[in-house]
Formats: sequence, structure tokens, C-alpha cells
Amino acid sequence: LNETPSQTVGPYLSLGLPWKDGPVADPDGVTITGTVFDGNGAPIPDALIETWSPAPRAFARSATDDDGRWSVVVPMPDAGYLTVNLFARGLLHRLVTRVYLRGEPDDPVPVDRRHTLVATPDGVIHRFDIRLQGDDETVFFDI
Amino acid sequence: MTQSDANVHPRLDSPDYRSTTLRHPKQPLIYLPHGPAELTGPQLDELRCGELDNDLTRQHAGEPIGERMTVSGGLLDGDGRPVRDSLIEIWQANAAGRYAHRWDRWPAPLDPNFTGAGRTVTDADGRYTFTTIKPGPYPWGNHPNAWRPAHIHFSLMGPQFHQRLVTQMYFPSDPLFAYDPIFQSVRDPKIRERMIARFSLDRTQEQFALGYEWDIVLRGPQETPIEEAH
Repeated sequence: LNETPSQTVGPYLSLGLPWKDGPVADPDGVTITGTVFDGNGAPIPDALIETWSPAPRAFARSATDDDGRWSVVVPMPDAGYLTVNLFARGLLHRLVTRVYLRGEPDDPVPVDRRHTLVATPDGVIHRFDIRLQGDDETVFFDI
Repeated sequence: MTQSDANVHPRLDSPDYRSTTLRHPKQPLIYLPHGPAELTGPQLDELRCGELDNDLTRQHAGEPIGERMTVSGGLLDGDGRPVRDSLIEIWQANAAGRYAHRWDRWPAPLDPNFTGAGRTVTDADGRYTFTTIKPGPYPWGNHPNAWRPAHIHFSLMGPQFHQRLVTQMYFPSDPLFAYDPIFQSVRDPKIRERMIARFSLDRTQEQFALGYEWDIVLRGPQETPIEEAH
């Protein structure tokens, strides 16, 4: 059938997409936080992150703030990683990546890029920055 | 099994839309076969949308100014089957083309009776309806004398995570189509038409609101969804 094309969320996505408890999938879960950076290394304040894992269910949604920072609280995924959707002004189609809280990705992710998908423990939280371009460009998937 | 059609969606690197320059990945996307995470999805109908969440004209004390309209249609999967109990979220500018957002500096009037955000869940036939006012076009900084055609942003979840879609709905015969790099980022003119709602006299309610119809088609589904582990 005639699939509908994707378009950007635009700069005003925070009018429509965030909701009050959206970032919290499990109040007793782990906190993941990070910044989204563009090709100049500037933070992106008009982006949206969604996480998903089926077991246990870990759907969370966080818009980035004025400093490009997002944060979600999710149950530890059985698989060790969460699937991540990224939307932003300037992104005509959502990007899909993964954040590994345990272990690291294997094939088909090239060895020298695997670190871009691994969260860094920082006390009780996990840090996960997303870079759209540059030397440490985050791995994005075609799903 | 229906694959996503690579020609349907815009290229991430679409230089005419300047914001893509620093925001598109330069490395190729890595193909990932679908696993449990892609073939399942969050069921968000438990959000319990309020009764008025799909009526953007009744969220304040008074009525917003503008051309009252409804937009309704079906949410379908790639096989043409209705997608029921699925969250749809919309956001839009007011009738003057101004968003109720602190970053929107375009000096058109804000409307105290219009926020411009709504949501609903598709019914058992996969159908949705919103009541709103027609958004206005507005200027933006992409290039000299750049104006966005009137549009409503739509966010669709779908039952499987790979079906997730965010898009924009446009109005018939907008004179700005030819000059808008976001609309034109979909290269095939026939495919662009899928983003344009159809005016419907049948859906138009006498002495109340113009009716537009817009069906939204998600990709997939791919295979049978894998049951959750618990």
C-alpha cells in the first residue's frame, strides 16, 4: 500500500510530544542521561529521544532541554540494551540507535564504532551522548 | 511482508533544507534484521486520552479564532489493515501561523484560546478524528522569503516499533508547495501527494466545520509479532 512519507518534527515538537511522566518508564529503574550533538559539536535543544525494550517494557520519551540534554528512567533491559529513536528539527526521518547498559554490540556493528553505543556508568546513572556527525559519530541502524 | 520503500522517505541529507547539513549522519546506516525489540511496541492506549484531547477548539475558556475544521481518516498498515488502539498526537500553529512555543518569535498574534496540541487513540476500525482550526502559513529562516505551507504535525506509533512515523499533513493546492524544501524533500511528486489531505463535503458539518480526510499508511508489518516474554 501507499506508505506515508516521513517529515521532520520541526523546532516546536515540545508543544506536542512530551508528556508529564513520559521520561519515566519505571520509577525504580536506572537513569540514563546524555546530550545530543550536531556536526559542529553544538548541543541540539530541539530533539526528542524515545527508548524501547520489550522485556521488561521500557518505553520512555524525553525532549532535550536548552542544553541539548535528555534523561529517562527505565527498567534494566533483559537484553542489556534499549532501542532508541531520535527525532529533531533537521532530521527528515527518525534515527534508530541502541544504548547498551550491559555488554556491548557485536556484528554487524564494526569493532571500532561499538563504543558509541555503550553507556558510561557515572555513579548511579548512565551517560549516553549521541553524536550525529564527527569522529565519534553514533552508530545508527536501518531497521 | 512489506518492506519500507526507500523512495518514499526523504534523504536525511537534503541540502535545500539547511538544518539537515549538520544533523544527518555521514556514516551509512547499518542494516539490522528485525528482532524482538523491532517487532514489539509500546501499547500506549493506556494513556487514557481525555474526552476533549482530540478537540483543540475546546481546551480553553473561549473558542480560538480561525477556520474551524475536522481532520479524520484511517490509520493503516502496509497491508491495508486498520491499526486500532494506536496513539496519534498532533501539534500545529494557530490561524495566524504562530506556535504557542517560547521560541517562536514570528510577530503574528498568539491566540489565548489555542494551544495547538492534541491526541487521540484510533478506534476499533483504525479511525481517528480531530477538531481544530486551520493553521496558517508562516515565514522561517531557511532562505530569503521562505514560508512554510500550512501543515499539522502528526506522530504515529503503530503496533511494532519499526513502524514509528512522524510526518506532516498539508492542505490541498497550497501555493507554497513549490517553494518548501521540507515538502519537496520527498522527491517523487506522486508520493508527495500522500501528505496532502483531501477536502470532503461529506465530512463537512453544516454550519459548523469544514471536513478534511487523510489516511495514514505505516510500513509493515514484518512477520508475526513475537510474544512478549511475560
